[in-house]
Amino acid sequence: MAVTKFRGYRRENGRVGVRNYVAILALDDISNAAVEGVASIVQGTLPLPHAYGRLQFGEDLDLFFRTMIGTGSNPNIAACVVIGIEPNWTNQVVEGIAKTGKPVAGFSIERNGQYKTIEMAARKAHEYVQFATELRREECDLSDLVMSVKCGESDTTSGLASNPTVGVVVERVVEAGGTAIFGETSELTGGEDIVAERCETPEVKEKFLKMHADYMKLIEDQGVDLLGSQPTQGNIAGGLTTIEEKALGNIQKIGKKPKVQSSLKEAEAPQSKGLHFMNSSSAAAEMVTLCAAGGAVVHLFPTGQGNIVGNPVIPVVKLCANPVTVATMSEHFDVDLTGLLRREMDLDGAGDKLQDMMIRACNGRMMAAEILGHKEFIMTKLYPSA
Amino acid sequence: MAQTHFFVHDKEDHVGVAVVDIKAGEEVNGWVMENDDTVTVKSVNDIPLGHKISLKDLDQGTKVLKYNVVIGGATQAVKTGEHVHTHNLKTLRW
Repeated sequence: MAVTKFRGYRRENGRVGVRNYVAILALDDISNAAVEGVASIVQGTLPLPHAYGRLQFGEDLDLFFRTMIGTGSNPNIAACVVIGIEPNWTNQVVEGIAKTGKPVAGFSIERNGQYKTIEMAARKAHEYVQFATELRREECDLSDLVMSVKCGESDTTSGLASNPTVGVVVERVVEAGGTAIFGETSELTGGEDIVAERCETPEVKEKFLKMHADYMKLIEDQGVDLLGSQPTQGNIAGGLTTIEEKALGNIQKIGKKPKVQSSLKEAEAPQSKGLHFMNSSSAAAEMVTLCAAGGAVVHLFPTGQGNIVGNPVIPVVKLCANPVTVATMSEHFDVDLTGLLRREMDLDGAGDKLQDMMIRACNGRMMAAEILGHKEFIMTKLYPSA
Repeated sequence: MAQTHFFVHDKEDHVGVAVVDIKAGEEVNGWVMENDDTVTVKSVNDIPLGHKISLKDLDQGTKVLKYNVVIGGATQAVKTGEHVHTHNLKTLRW
């Protein structure tokens, strides 16, 4: 019987985090230098620079704000400093994060300059580090957990072993009253009908199928197909031949039983417990970033050929069943499932092993991607800026 | 238990997945995960770990099953024991 209790940080709004960061969040690309400046002089802070935030518009701008506010609101962040070039959008993000009840403050560079902004923001970050480091973990269980799943550089061992192991843990978390997010819209092609049949209501199903069809149309509208991209070159080297085969392996991650409770937009937070689909790219760093913005606090990431992605805000638990991959790049893996291919363990045993490591990650054990410094904070952009 | 060279997801499947590197001409054993059955075929090609082996003679145009679901179409005839990959199997989506 795998462990179901962990020690997490219960935040002001009742949600539970498994890390305790003081984040320094850039509103826009040109504020990255100030963000890095603050993080370099205030120990215990986490800089979150990124490439966007200027002249975005329409749905793309909505997604930008959802990602910014969602990331700052993530329960793994104890307190947050936001730095932007001007006060208006900076304050919109600050006000969005403030709804969680956590300490948050914004600083803008125009009329101050970079040095003065860094000093003001650093003094606030200093206070936040003092606040955060006195918070204590308390007992939580799987029903408090919001987790996410996405696989990468998959091969046939993903569909045989590591993805169904994730499926076992997703089923257990959902049965225990917890929450799980999956996505990778284009990568469900060939298995989309199977996901559609798992939707709890006709509305959720219709929305899911429309999101999938729209994504396919977006690709077709470029006048191309995904031959050569989906499956990736790594997938093909690992033995996956077609998108259908990849998709059928992919959907092993949602287990056999849980129903899909909602079809979420990119970076949208689930409004109920259970399993949720999030419309998303299948690119690893983008997808994990969207899940973190949607409120996931831990991510399970099975790989076949060895995707090494991490995230600055949420621990990414990396698992692999391909013996060649585990032997050649062992420092990247938290859970070795190669015993499944040798028939030395069964899926339930593999599920126990993964669940135990997920709980240890939630208790504070650093995952391989964290130790290796993987902080891929990569925003999804829907179309060019104005 | 004799060595298992490949796994098969479903008893209806046309292909298995090598879990060790398979050599051409080997008699290889497959474990059918769905019903715990065993199948044996003679491999035609070298098949690397993770790659697929055909369990049946397939005509060109056959809709190839794995997980008992169509994963693509055979672009040429495939013999039992042959390596199945991008040279003889293609997506039906794009």
